[in-house]
Order: sequence, then C-alpha cells, then structure tokens
Amino acid sequence: MTQSSSTVGAAAGYRPSATLPFAAEFRRQASRRRTQLALGFMVLLPLIILIAFQFDSGEDDRNGGGEFASLSDLATSGGLNFTLFALLVSASFLLVVVVALFCGDTVASEASWGSLRYLLAVPVPRARLLAVKLVVALAYSGLALLLLAGTALLAGTLRYGWEPLSSQVSAQLDPGEGLLRLLAVLGYLAVVLLAVAGLAFLLSVVTDAALGAVGGAVLLWILSSILDQITALGGIRAFLPTHYANAWLGLLSTPVQTDDVVRGCISAIAYATLFWSLAFWRFTRKDITS
Amino acid sequence: MRSPLRAAPVRRALGTRPRRIVAGAVAAVLVAAVAVWATRSDEAGFRTESALVTVRSGPAGDEPVDLDTTFYLPDGASAGRKVPAVLLAHGFGGTKESVRADAEDLAAQGYAVLAWTARGFGRSGGQIHLDSPDHEVRDGERLLDWLAARPEVRTDAPGDPRVGVVGGSYGGGLALLLAAQDQRVDAIVPMITWNDLSRAFLPESTGKDATSGVFKKGWAGIFFGGGGNAGSGPAGLSGTSAAEPEGAPASAGPPSPAPGSGPGTGSGRTPAGAADPACGRFAADVCAAYLRIATTGRAEQADVELLRRSSPAPVLDKIKAPTLLVQGEADSLFPIAEADANARGIAANGTPVRVAWYTGGHDGGAGPRNDSDRVKYLTVQWLDHYVKGEGSAPGDDFTYSRIAGFDALDRGLVATGFRTADYPGLAGDGRREVAVTGPAQPVANPPNGNPAAISSVPFAGALGSLLDGVAGDVPGQHARFESQPLAEAVDVAGSPTVSIRAASPTGEAVLFVKLYDVDPEGAATLPNGLVAPVRLTGLPAQIGAATPVTVTLPAIVRRVEAGHRLRITVATTDQAYTTPAEPTVYTVAAGDGPLVLPTVAGEPIPTTAVVWRWVLAGLLAAIAVGLVAVVLLARRRHRRQDSSVHPEYAGVPLAVRQLRKEYADGFVAVSNVDFEVHPGQVVGLLGPNGAGKTTTLRVLMGLTQPTAGEIYVFGRKLVPGSPVLSRIGSLVEGPGFLPHLSGLDNLKAYWRATGRPWADAHFDEALEIAGLGDSVHRRTRKYSHGMRQRLAIAQAMLGLPELLVLDEPTDGLDPPQIAEMRRVLQRYATDGRAVLVSSHLLAEVEQTCTHAVVVNKGRIVASGPVEDIVGESPSVLLDVTDPAAARDVLGRLDGVTVLPDSDGNLVVDTNGTARSEVVAELVRAGIGVDRVVPRRRLEDAFLALVGENSRGSGDR
Repeated sequence: MTQSSSTVGAAAGYRPSATLPFAAEFRRQASRRRTQLALGFMVLLPLIILIAFQFDSGEDDRNGGGEFASLSDLATSGGLNFTLFALLVSASFLLVVVVALFCGDTVASEASWGSLRYLLAVPVPRARLLAVKLVVALAYSGLALLLLAGTALLAGTLRYGWEPLSSQVSAQLDPGEGLLRLLAVLGYLAVVLLAVAGLAFLLSVVTDAALGAVGGAVLLWILSSILDQITALGGIRAFLPTHYANAWLGLLSTPVQTDDVVRGCISAIAYATLFWSLAFWRFTRKDITS
Repeated sequence: MRSPLRAAPVRRALGTRPRRIVAGAVAAVLVAAVAVWATRSDEAGFRTESALVTVRSGPAGDEPVDLDTTFYLPDGASAGRKVPAVLLAHGFGGTKESVRADAEDLAAQGYAVLAWTARGFGRSGGQIHLDSPDHEVRDGERLLDWLAARPEVRTDAPGDPRVGVVGGSYGGGLALLLAAQDQRVDAIVPMITWNDLSRAFLPESTGKDATSGVFKKGWAGIFFGGGGNAGSGPAGLSGTSAAEPEGAPASAGPPSPAPGSGPGTGSGRTPAGAADPACGRFAADVCAAYLRIATTGRAEQADVELLRRSSPAPVLDKIKAPTLLVQGEADSLFPIAEADANARGIAANGTPVRVAWYTGGHDGGAGPRNDSDRVKYLTVQWLDHYVKGEGSAPGDDFTYSRIAGFDALDRGLVATGFRTADYPGLAGDGRREVAVTGPAQPVANPPNGNPAAISSVPFAGALGSLLDGVAGDVPGQHARFESQPLAEAVDVAGSPTVSIRAASPTGEAVLFVKLYDVDPEGAATLPNGLVAPVRLTGLPAQIGAATPVTVTLPAIVRRVEAGHRLRITVATTDQAYTTPAEPTVYTVAAGDGPLVLPTVAGEPIPTTAVVWRWVLAGLLAAIAVGLVAVVLLARRRHRRQDSSVHPEYAGVPLAVRQLRKEYADGFVAVSNVDFEVHPGQVVGLLGPNGAGKTTTLRVLMGLTQPTAGEIYVFGRKLVPGSPVLSRIGSLVEGPGFLPHLSGLDNLKAYWRATGRPWADAHFDEALEIAGLGDSVHRRTRKYSHGMRQRLAIAQAMLGLPELLVLDEPTDGLDPPQIAEMRRVLQRYATDGRAVLVSSHLLAEVEQTCTHAVVVNKGRIVASGPVEDIVGESPSVLLDVTDPAAARDVLGRLDGVTVLPDSDGNLVVDTNGTARSEVVAELVRAGIGVDRVVPRRRLEDAFLALVGENSRGSGDR
C-alpha cells in the first residue's frame, strides 16, 4: 500500500480514467428518492391519463384550439395516438422540469452535501467528473422520455389497440410507419430538451443550490416560451431556445415537414454546446468553496 | 456597426481579467449580431414623391383625369445614374397604398417604381371602365410617357422608358392589356388575373360560350359593391378583405392594408359618380351591363362584347413583352385556366412566357410564406433579366406548389414547391383514370336557388375551403358518384375531366360538378372550394336517353393519398352562382368515361431546408472537431505536466513551500505558509479561527488554486487533480455525505468513485475506527454531528492513505471519543504514514501531535516538535504578597529577569535558575508566595497572538 504504483506517483490501483465510473455515478443517482419519483411519475402519468379518459362522457365539444388540438380528440383512437397525446401534454412543461431536475441537480446537490470536494480529492479529474455526471444525467433524461413513451404505448395499445396513427394534418399512417414517426418525434424531443439540459447543467455548475439550478433553468425556459408568444419580437424569436419546441408536430404531417425540425435541432444543439462549454470552462477553473 | 460602441462599456463593466475579456467579447459579438439584425430591416434605401398626375386619355385622348401617384426612387438614382422602372398596378378596390410593400421591395432592388391609384378609386378621378383600352390602359400609356420624362429613369429611346409592368388581379389585367397596346413595355408580371372577363364571370365547363355561362354572382357582387359604392364601402370590404387579394401575391406575410386604403375613402375624390347611387363610380356602360347580367343571370352578346373589350384574350397576339404569369390555385374568381389561356396565346407569338402557380389566390391570399417568397423571387428574377438587363435568362420551366399541411409552429399552411422543365398546361404530362360509379339519382333544383350548397366563400381566407364547416351540399340537391379506394397515391396537377349524363323535364339544367377527396373516415374535402358550373341544354326527360357530356373541372394541385376515394358530386345549387329560379327535378347519372386525373412529374424545389441541413451537419462536424481538439489539447497539456519527483522531497509526504492564497476580492487568506510533514509524524496545524488553516488544506486537496508557492507530496508537485492526491486521505471542512444513503453505503459509494480495487479499501478497519456499530446501516441524514464526523474520518482512512489530512477531526466528538481518536491517529502515523491535523484547540494538538505548526493571520508563528514547543518554558508566573519587594529580590538574582506584566503578577524568566531556588530566595526575603505557575512555550506563542487579536482576525 505504501509504495506508489505508477510514474505519476498515484496510489496503487488508481487511474484517473477509472475514477467515478459511469455505473458508480448511475448508482449514486439511482439511489436518490427524486430520481425514483421522477421516473415513477413517468410511468404513472400515462396511466393517470388513461384512467381520466375512462371518465369521458362522450360529449364532443370542439373547442377549436387549432388543428393540432385534434390530437386530444384522437387520443383514444389507438395506442400510437395515445402515446402522442401523452407526449403532447408533457412536452412543454413536464419533460422540461424532469430534464432540468436530472441535469441541474447533479453537480449542485453534491456541492450542497459537501461530497463534491471529496470526489475531487479522490481525485476525480474535474473534466471527467463533469463528463460522467453529464452523461448520467442525460441517460436518466432519456430514460424518463422512453419510460413515458413506452408506458403510454404499452398501456394505450392494451386499452385502445394497435391502430393506425391518425391526425387531422395528414393521412392515416400504418402502425409501422406511425411507430417510426413516433420514434422520430421522440428523437426530436430529446434533441430539443438538450437545450434545457445544457442550461440546467450550466446553472448546476455555477451555483451550489440544487433548487436554484433546476428552478432557474425552468424559469428561463418559461421566460423564453413567453417571449416566443410575443410576435412583435419578429425574427428575434427564432433565436429563442423554445422557438422550435413544437416543431415535432410537423413530423406527423405527410409529407414530413422537416424544415423547422432541422432548424430546431441546430438551435438546440448550438445552445447545448454553448452551455456545456461554459460549464466545463467554468468548472475546470473555479475554486470549490462548498 | 453599433457593436464597438456598445462593447466597450460592456467590457469595462466586466472587468479586466482575461477570462472576463473573453466573456465580454462573446457578449459583444452577440450584441453586434442583434444590432446588425435589428438595423438591417429598417434601412430605407429609397425616397418617395407623391403627386397628382393629370393625364389625357379617353377614346380621343383628350379627357383629363387626375391620377394619385407615388414615385419610389432608389437612393443614388439620378440623371447621371439612370435606373430601370416598374409600373406597379393595384388590384380592384385598392389604391396605390395597397401595393406599398411591394413597391418598397422593388425600390430596394434598384427600380424606380411608379404606383398609382387607378381611375375611379381612392383620390384619383374618373370612372371605372374595367381596364378599358381607351381609359385605364391609356392612362397607363400616359404614365409611361411620364416615366420617360423623368431624368432618373433609363430609356431605350427618347420617350421610351425601360420599364416592366407588375400587378395582381385588376392590375395584372392592366399589365397584359398595356403590353398589348404599347410596345414600350419591356416585361410584364401579371398575377392572379383574367384572360377573358366574360368567361371568368360567366363560366361554363363543357366549353360553351359566355352567353351560356352561369353567372358568378358572389364575386361579381363583391366587386360591383367594392367599386360602385363611392362612399364609405361596407366595412367588410373596404378595410380588409377587398384589398387583401390584390396586394397579396407579391407581398410577404399576411396582407395588412393601411387604414383608408379601401375604395372611395379618399377625401380628394372627384365626385363624378356620386350622382348615381346605382352605379357609384362605375362608368355607365359597365354599370348597365352589370345590372343587366345580375338581374337575369344571363349575359347578352353585347354585354359579353363589353367584357371581352376589357380582356387580354383578343389582343394576346400583340404582346411582345416577356411575360411571367403567376396564378393562384386557391382562386375561385380567376382560376388557373385563365392563366393557361394567356400563356398559350402569348407564347404562340414566340414571346417568352413563364408560368408559375402558387397556393394562394383570390381565396387563398398570399399563400404560405415559402410560396410567396418563391413568387417574389421569380418576379425579381424576371424583371432583373428583362428590364434591368442583369442575370441570366430565367428560362421557361414551370413551378407550382401544393399545400403540404399545417405548419407546426405558426399554425399556417405549408406548401411544397415543385418544378418541371416544360409547362404541361392543364392536361398534365401524365394521366390517371379512375372509375366513378353510382346509380342515376334525382336531384332537386330549389326555387330561387335557396337553400344553396356552399363551396367557397369569397375572401374567406386560406382555410375557408379546407374547414369542413364551410363546404356543404344540401341533401336532395346533389348526386354522388364514388370511386373505389385508390391503391396508390396520385399527384393531381391540372384540370380533371369527367363525363356525366343528365335529364331534365325542361330540357335544360344548370349543374355544379365538384371533385371531392374522401378520406377513409369519410371526411370529404373539396380542393380549394372549386366547382365546375355547367349549363346543359337539349336534355331528354328520361335519363336513359341522355347523352354523356364531358365536364372540365377546375385545375387543382393535390395529392390524393392511397386509400382515399374520389367523389364526383353533381349539385343543383351553389351559393356563389345564379341558378334557375324555377323548381325542377333533374336526374343525373355517371357518363361513359372514367374520371381523368392529369398528373405532372415535378421534382421538389430545394428549399432553404437543404441549406439548414448542411448547417446542421456542419455544426455537428464542428462540435466533433472541437471536441477532439479539446481532448487532444488536454492530453498534451497533461503530458507536459511536471511529473518529475523533486529529489529533496522524494520521501516527504508533504512539503508546503511559501504558500500564498489571495482571493479575487483582494483578501489574503494565506500570506506565507511553509512547513513539512515527515513519515511517522502527526503534525498539528494550530491557529485560531480564520488563521488560514482551512484555506491551506483546501489548496492541499486541490480544491483551490494557490496564488503563489508550491506543495509537494512525496516530491511531486501538487496541482488540482494531481494523481498523487490519491495517496492522501482527507477530511476538510466537515463531512460530506449523500444523505439518503447509509453510512456503509456512503463509504462504498465513495470507494466506487475512486475506481480502485475493492480489497484495497480496508472497510473493516475504517468501520472499526468509525465505531458506529449498527448505526452504520442507517441513513446519514439521521446521524448526529459526531457520528458524521467519525464516518468522515473513516472515509478519509479508506485505502489507508500514506498521508491523512484531517480538518478539526475532534469537532463534535465527546471526550472518550476524542481520547480514542488521539490513539487512532498516533497509531496511524506508525510504519511510515503521516497525519496532518488542523485544530484551534491547543490541548488537542498538544496531546495528539508529535509536531506543531502554529499559524495566525496567514503566517506561521511557530513550528517544531511539540515537546520543544510544549516543553517547559524558562518563564514562571509568581503570585506574591508584595510584588515591588519581590522585584528587588529577583533583580539581585543572577540571570533572572522580570518580564513586564500588567496585573500585579510577576512573570519571571528564570534563565536556568531552579524555580525552588527562586521561591526560597523570595521566602527568605519575607515575601509570601501564593502561587507558582510554570509557563509553556506553546501557550506563550498562542496566547500572545490570540490575546493580541482574538477579534477581527476574520473567518478564513
């Protein structure tokens, strides 16, 4: 034990690249109640919606909320449509909160517990610590998305059957084609949420308060959404991270509208890259004072 | 542009440190980008002159009329630098203000633009003659003269300006007629306009003449109302809807006419038509024709002649100016067939003609954004080549577009553009035949055409024809013939034809033939709300005797999906048309031929989406390259890192050299700390709160960057994240545990994070030291302070590191635990390991450590083996009955000195003289000694600094 093992003078068995393995961080997060609750809610939400639809009185009052409002009318027409509906209702807020939770809480909570300095004293190289934490947070975010969609698809298909995907904006899609569209929608949602992930992660590195990081990211996201509603801002709105958040609806039409999807991907990836770069740049230089 | 001005204060505010400058630069670039973006849109680039121009026209060219004009002149245009001109005509019911946005766009492209209000509208004088060659067209000729007289306008010959004529609807008709009448026109872009006005208002889809046509009363009424009502027009027409389609095709975004742009709202209007409430500002002959047609629903030959006089159809052979024809698909007023007729007539003379269809029109407005952009692009390209003389020939390929669905973001429509090399006309370049079947069905013609089927609502907007609430057939008044579900999708582009048979007791029937797209759920869509009115004559009373007639349906561009059915509906009424007033029951049956759908094999026009796709690919590639570069740079920096062993400190667990830490706010936490920890030692870092102990340990753990100085661990220089840190176990600033895990799980989680072999951890030893018993399985959230502290020490000892660094380890422990901890630490330091303990408690250091380093205010006050420091001091404190006498006595003793003291006690440096001797000497002198207290060096040092300044040292 007392002899040093390598040329860098580290303790026996220590390799910087072996510190904080993905599995270790994954377990660290998995043991947390908020992780379990968030993932559990992802499973629960489709079931709650399903039960809520059972109370449908059959009154067909069209509230005329645009062509896409029809997604809710069509939600009970099949498992694929039910999944789409579940995504529609959760995409604008719930998923944002969940992603912000996973990405905003990860570093800040370690800082607030005081365990961050012990990880750095292991030593886990700072860039590695951040990279592993980011990858694990993204993995949980993706898992949440898949759990939501998977549960909705399973529950919806069991309840409403394996029917074609229908919407008022396009012809009916075969279940196979519909499933592909659904996967594309999921992929796009995941990409858009990268911007939230980037913002929350940056705040997580900047602040020691986990609540501040998560809440800050969600608040800024809401602010961006509000600004996006103000058409007077004109072209500036295209630079808002939320501007293309709903472009996934274009993936339902025939032919698929990819213009806004592509632009949304550019926007989200650019924002995420910017935020993550800032996070790494900051974290590898800052004094850990927590 | 604005950025340097803005960036300077920004940067100053951010401070001068390099990273702040980087951040400032990033912010400056962003601000600059926004500023450039913001200023880009409001650059003027032109000036305007408004004037009333009096022209002489009329059949004899001697009737003066005032035209309200605005002349847009691009910046830089002058007599020395002449620019080409564009004559920009507005639509029916509009004024020169309706086309202002288009005029500004063209002026920005470098054209002098003359927009004017046509006679009979707005502030212009005269009456409406419906683009009559003797009136409106002659006005146009005079305006060409006016342009030729402007010194800034380029001319081909004296009196012949270089000019293009652009206009939509009424203005498009004028462009065609003016080009036919005046050869000075160099190019025209007529949009959504007519070929034969009589056929447009009196269509008949089996190919009959306009005298047999079915009167399009809906549109005719709107136009007669819009132009004829000389006062303030109906609110629904003057402000918004009437002006909408006219300016729409070439303008970006939704049409938003300026207030007061409606017909007849101008104050300077000449009251020519005001005398006649029936005709308003219409010329008498036009008004009389309308009244006749609208009354009977049929046109006499004379009325048809009048309308044809205002039509390009008879004069197309005279048009020599290259013509770009833009026609709307959502246009129940001037359908695509009108542009088709114009294109054929003009191209027959060898004049260059290009045709473009877009998804807007009199019903659809400007269409989706990408569609109106295409129209705008084509227009500028056409003018640039044929008027300005720039750019290559635009070619004659045909572009069209199709509604692809709703836009997910702004809920508008989205169009997909297509192109094909040759204009296929309305028959397409391919055809699909679909059989539609159904029994012969009786259909009722209700008296006076009421209730009527609704196919389109003029001006209902882009969505009007697509919402299922609008299109509707009245039960009993229509017959249906349906196909089987299509096996594969078909892209229709052009005029479908269908054959029907009909029988009528009167021998005559007016019918409306429509083609519906029926989806599998049964929802039927009438593309663009277009219908084919037919007037059949000579019909038998029984359907068996009826002969088939072929009906040419309006041209559509639509993709009919696989699984959809096509339905031919034959209705007796339509709200937009005049139908026979007498109630009758017809019989309608399918004809002898299939439904023929023309198709066009167009290729999608690449849109900006392609560019964005490349941008996305480029972005991803740039990120990948950047990531690789960063990783390579980090590796390189890592390799260049000093990993050599300082020979002097090779065997020394810890050597701190001239450490200094200054915080960003200028606070110096550690000014100069210099000490070593050797194997086998337990070194105490002693100092009051805020002395800099914790800061030193933070630097030591790589949490904080030192301002100056070095730390060597086993001879290797320590920087944040140095691998050599793995040989140090630490407790700095209290425990840090995951509250939701048990003590044992916390230790395991920590060890997992080190990535080191499980066996190296020595959990059992660590747990024994922690001494938590069964509590080790409880969550740390429930731990007491002392329990956490013990667990933290156990965590620091995991892996039995060669150097143990503990910050206030006894904090929160009870006395037995403190004693136990002392023994643990002393035992730990045997066999070559070393321990560094920080504490503000003198006794703790004294009892635990072999060596001590006393720090205060960031400096070392004393250091060395504890016995040296803690060992007895030569000084002694005496409490005597008579201090003054004692001073005298002691002063006589050799080498003994009395140190100054304040409170009556004597502090005496015995300087080698035995204390017993000093006391004996005092007693002998008759001085009573109450107390003799030996003093120790550490205490001296510690009390000296603490006593001096126990307040205000700050929390470090």
